[in-house]
Amino acid sequence: MGERVGIEVSIAAAEAVKMANTDVIAAYPITPQTHIVEHLSELVADGELDAEFIPVESEHSAMSVCCGSSAVGARTFTCTSSQGLALMNEIVFIAPSLRLPIVMILANRSMSGPLSIWNDHTDVMSIRDCGWIQIFTENGQEVFDHVMFAFRVAENSSVSLPVIVNLDGFVLTHVIEPIEFWDKETVKQYLPDFKPVNQLHPDNPVTMGAFGLPSIFTEAKKAQDEALINSKSEILKAWKEMGDLVGRYYKPVETYQLDGSETVFLTIGSFGETVSVAVDELRAQGKSVGQVKLRLWRPFPFDEFREAVRGVKRIIVIDRAISYGGPGGPVASEIRSVLYQEENMPVITNFLCGFAGRDVTSDDYISMYEKTEQMAKGKVTQEDYIIYGVRE
Amino acid sequence: MEQFNVYASRLITKKEHFTPGHRACQGCAEALAVRMVAKALGKNVIVASATGCMEIISSPLPFTNWKVPWIHVAFENAAAVASGAEAGTKALIRKGKLVDKGTVFLGMGGDGATSDIGLQALSGAFERGHNFLYVCYDNEAYMNTGIQRSSATPFGAATTTSPAGKQIPGQVTWKKNMPEIAVAHNIPYVATACSSYPFDLIQKVKKAASIKGPAYVHILSICPTGWRIPADKAIWIGRRAVETGVFPLYEVENGKYRITVDVPELRPVEDYLKPQGRFRHLTPELIEKIQTRVTKEYNNLKTKTKLET
Repeated sequence: MGERVGIEVSIAAAEAVKMANTDVIAAYPITPQTHIVEHLSELVADGELDAEFIPVESEHSAMSVCCGSSAVGARTFTCTSSQGLALMNEIVFIAPSLRLPIVMILANRSMSGPLSIWNDHTDVMSIRDCGWIQIFTENGQEVFDHVMFAFRVAENSSVSLPVIVNLDGFVLTHVIEPIEFWDKETVKQYLPDFKPVNQLHPDNPVTMGAFGLPSIFTEAKKAQDEALINSKSEILKAWKEMGDLVGRYYKPVETYQLDGSETVFLTIGSFGETVSVAVDELRAQGKSVGQVKLRLWRPFPFDEFREAVRGVKRIIVIDRAISYGGPGGPVASEIRSVLYQEENMPVITNFLCGFAGRDVTSDDYISMYEKTEQMAKGKVTQEDYIIYGVRE
Repeated sequence: MEQFNVYASRLITKKEHFTPGHRACQGCAEALAVRMVAKALGKNVIVASATGCMEIISSPLPFTNWKVPWIHVAFENAAAVASGAEAGTKALIRKGKLVDKGTVFLGMGGDGATSDIGLQALSGAFERGHNFLYVCYDNEAYMNTGIQRSSATPFGAATTTSPAGKQIPGQVTWKKNMPEIAVAHNIPYVATACSSYPFDLIQKVKKAASIKGPAYVHILSICPTGWRIPADKAIWIGRRAVETGVFPLYEVENGKYRITVDVPELRPVEDYLKPQGRFRHLTPELIEKIQTRVTKEYNNLKTKTKLET
């Protein structure tokens, strides 16, 4: 097993990209993703990573370069945040339709305006339906592990889809954590060489990105949907084998103190750890509270999620993005939809909080729990969503 | 063959890499230019195409007219995609995962994809110095969406978004000089070409592909549909564009200008404008204005050919 070191999460992420022997990195600087690409360019400049570092003139070109390089069979990485993701949006949707296994780290940051460099999930939620495999991480170790995971799943010949690894900007990217590195042998065992299903090469010409008339477009989309759904078996396999190699077994839906809980918090990303603290405090008070965390966002783990919340009476969904004039938070609206036809469907309470880096403490989660209890008892009106902590 | 600048089809290779059966309009000189570029580059090429006429007419899923590896991602990013393919191949060769076959990387797009929406991506790829060739097929408007004006539409031309109205006589801006913008990037090779001069075109494309570093070839691609001319007049009107000095054929190799098809005495621009429906509304005053501009620019170009580099 590898060494356990205290290291900034961004630097560890870049080291993981190096250990994966990436061939091409195309990126444009944007806060809070910068430390990752800075360190990668250092690794290339020092000859520690034999890769082409393409300092593109925009994120749109970053993703376009990634498409070109992945299409010729090169292991390809990029990394962005917020406005950068918005600028590359067009190509983000095209990459999975071309079945190009690109790996992207998304250092989650709020979308302008007002302009803010701080962390929430308004960027990633804007591309919910882009067709990428999407994973959320909660700490630095998970980020490191999931770089390896992302390349392995993306490049698997039965998957051949791009993968996004989400990590919270600043809250994760800029903190120093103890992270256990993998040794070279483990990486080699876990991550085989990239052997593309289709490849642009003069010896075997293929046409990629043909246009679809109405007579064939629906079939192409159906095939793409099935490809994403079917990727789940490889995802589960990749997590299982990672567990066998490094001892950390990840699951699409993680749970904490769930047994017999009447009320559960649902979180994605780094806020999960703070919620766990709140769960401990509430349990100490004798409350029946637990926690569910979504690690796999796409393909959505329907079975695992329904199983995890079976018998639960109330779910407090913590959202870090907003659907203006819509059903509140994007996670909550998905959860309502996932559970809609279930027997004894739990009541969903939705708190929107932590926008643009606004701190949310365990006390805040406890007060969200208390508000939920009041709503359950009919003392206050049950609301579809509450934007938590608005100063008045 | 280098000395010919006349049309002699039997002297060109019969091998087709951009095949017949595509869906271009009758008389499309852009498809002809693509075919010539494909002939010039042969099999050892990877093509990244922008969205546009040439993409649409050649790749209706599940068919293709491309016998060489070809990728289309979006409208404004052909240069970026080509640069990614080049970079990926370079890395794989260096790491011993691919054999170096000297493959040419071609980015291609229309005038809108090149001089408007894709200018930034192209500029970025030039500046980064990728070893690739970019070909702009300039038919002087957004023909694929129905003849809307672009920055490459010439002064006076009527399009569906620069119509010849009672107050405004069509396009009121001068054509953006894309080849000069390419030259300003200090790339090793820039050239203009036209499918009415096939040998000149093929020779330039071959040269551009053989030069290490970024190269740019700007091809005037006559569009009978958009220019409002009979389908059988495309080649003829292309020659008029050159003979009047409206579209001079030249190359800039490491900063050195050379006119490749010399026109000792320019025809009046009227000979080029009159046969085209898109210029039908032009008054003698406007034609004179165009004449003045064309003469001035042609003389400027001639001056540049005399510059020491």
